[in-house]
Amino acid sequence: MIIQGTALLSICLLAGVCTGTLLGWLLGVNADIGGVGIAMALLVLGTEKLRKAGHLGADTRAGISYWSAMYIPIVVAMAASQHVLGALSGGLIAVLAGSTAVAASFLLVGVLSRAGRKSQRTEPAE
Amino acid sequence: MIPEPIHAVLVRYSLLTAFALAGALTWAGHILAEKVFRGRIHGSAIAILAGLVLSAIGGIATGGKQGIADIPIFSGMALLGGAMLRDLAIVSTAFGARLEELRGGGLIGAISLLLGLFVSFATGGAVAWVFGYRDAVSITTIGAGAATYIVGPVTGTALGAGPELLALSVAAGLVKAILVMVATPFVASAIGLDNPRSAMIFGGLMGTNSGVMAGLAATDPRLVPYGAMTATFYTGLGCLLGPSVFFLIIRTLTG
Repeated sequence: MIIQGTALLSICLLAGVCTGTLLGWLLGVNADIGGVGIAMALLVLGTEKLRKAGHLGADTRAGISYWSAMYIPIVVAMAASQHVLGALSGGLIAVLAGSTAVAASFLLVGVLSRAGRKSQRTEPAE
Repeated sequence: MIPEPIHAVLVRYSLLTAFALAGALTWAGHILAEKVFRGRIHGSAIAILAGLVLSAIGGIATGGKQGIADIPIFSGMALLGGAMLRDLAIVSTAFGARLEELRGGGLIGAISLLLGLFVSFATGGAVAWVFGYRDAVSITTIGAGAATYIVGPVTGTALGAGPELLALSVAAGLVKAILVMVATPFVASAIGLDNPRSAMIFGGLMGTNSGVMAGLAATDPRLVPYGAMTATFYTGLGCLLGPSVFFLIIRTLTG
């Protein structure tokens, strides 16, 4: 049944966000720490278990993959409901603080992803 | 412009109106990418940009904070693009992800998370210093805003920063999110963002959920689960380290 896929996906997300929020609460932070990541791990493990038990039929898979196919339109809706003007309301200091952080982080993505590749090549024995 | 009875239906069925609008934007993006840009720009990137333009129009028209969703007939966009369905879609992408890739990226993911937070606090704080802020609370709050627009106000509130500083930190975080959404597809090949491992590094360094999600969607949707896996820890970790470790470092530096 298609609802079983969507139900499994929802249970994974709920469990992940509950765990992440509890983790934040234990650490004294009013924020979810890693909820989506925990949910993704649960989904990967859960679907693997079901597949091995022979319970992951085409319908169940469709109940999950529908939502990953909806990813782009959901992101477009997210972009359309951003507080774009709020970004400009902070003036030059907010624009500079945000954009220098982005520029520095982009540079580091390049550095880190190349550094790793190089060390993998020079240390093949590892 | 729209007859009142029809307007009422579009408001009452606002999620369906949102499906139609998001579908039209996505479709238009792909048509433009194919016919006008001949595949040089990803259709999703154009659709996301169009979404941002709509959100600015919504903001100008209503003065609200939810972009186009503040216009009643488009209010469903806030539900469709809100945290609940967005996270559901992100988690569902893990269904196609390779577990060994996610596992193998653990250490580099953790490194990029810590480095990303440190760099954002440092650059945001440095900009605050250049603009004449000299006290540790202001510098930390603005630096926290350069992490994400949630870390900013959470850190600022914990440190007792005033409302103007909190607004400034939210604005800095919004600039970051929007810039990551728009710029990622254009810099992707230059920074080597084309495999699961670099997507995990990207998610950890950038951290802004909305920025990372939209940036990867516009670059290569297959990379989404890997970027999401690390980015999901960023805001929580930032809220943890901001008012503690980073504040103490900045207070030591400012004397």
